[in-house]
Amino acid sequence: MCHQTVCLIARHLEARGLPTLVLGSARDILAAGRAPRAVFVDYPLGHSAGRPFDPADQRAVLRAALRGFEAISGPGGILDLDHRWPEDGDWKAAAVDPGRGDTRQPRDTTPRYQSEADRRLAEAAGAVVPD
Amino acid sequence: MRDSPPVQYMDAVTRRYAALGYRPYAWYRADSPPAFRALPKPVRESRLGVLTTAGTYVAGQVAYHYKDDTSVRAIPGDTPVHRLRFAHITENYLEDPRRDPNCIVPMEALRAAEADGVIGALAPELLSCMGGIYSQRRVREELIPRVEAHFQAQQADLALLVPM
Repeated sequence: MCHQTVCLIARHLEARGLPTLVLGSARDILAAGRAPRAVFVDYPLGHSAGRPFDPADQRAVLRAALRGFEAISGPGGILDLDHRWPEDGDWKAAAVDPGRGDTRQPRDTTPRYQSEADRRLAEAAGAVVPD
Repeated sequence: MRDSPPVQYMDAVTRRYAALGYRPYAWYRADSPPAFRALPKPVRESRLGVLTTAGTYVAGQVAYHYKDDTSVRAIPGDTPVHRLRFAHITENYLEDPRRDPNCIVPMEALRAAEADGVIGALAPELLSCMGGIYSQRRVREELIPRVEAHFQAQQADLALLVPM
């Protein structure tokens, strides 16, 4: 759904005059949403910017993606990166396993702090949600 | 398996919702081609604005909630990566980002790209939201105007958008 939201944002910004590039890892959602320019990295969701603890891969993914700004020549173009996740087959099967997949959380308006310490920190600072 | 086809997430979600007895999710399928603007200048001379939709916030900021939160956080570009946090409705995808935020928020890779002249400059703040918003109307009416206002204020020449 994140990919869909981003397609909507990208289409709007581009129409308003700001060139956009989406770097994502759900190719079907990018294709359906027809972002102006998209770069597809065939990694599990949550890793659009590279493998964890692998700065070389993260830099390579970003630089390859940035080339999409100039390499994609027409609306809706998708640039497919060559990068491959090491355990390719396993994660793709797991991603579509109905018993695994995403685990959506209850939907209410309570801020979901990553930790209790974060909640205390934000409250002590008097942090508010920006307008 | 190196050339296995991409995962079909839309089909998988449709099947999962059916199995759970939920209403089918109305995926957005664009019925017209997108706009397409020429770059105003080369990437290496451009100021790059960045938006991540992984629900990123900085320790000390208010976290996102999971009921179509359309708020935006501005994350100062010099924020240490270890102070980045995540709150996103699909929490199962956050396991690695919470250990190494750089795998979903390319913070250090962007700084390196700026230092090496791959891009002209990074906008001073990285933008973040929680992209798991069910209401496309609220994306259009609430989230998009906020994102657009931030990019305008940053005088971004180009926008890189990184969904989770």
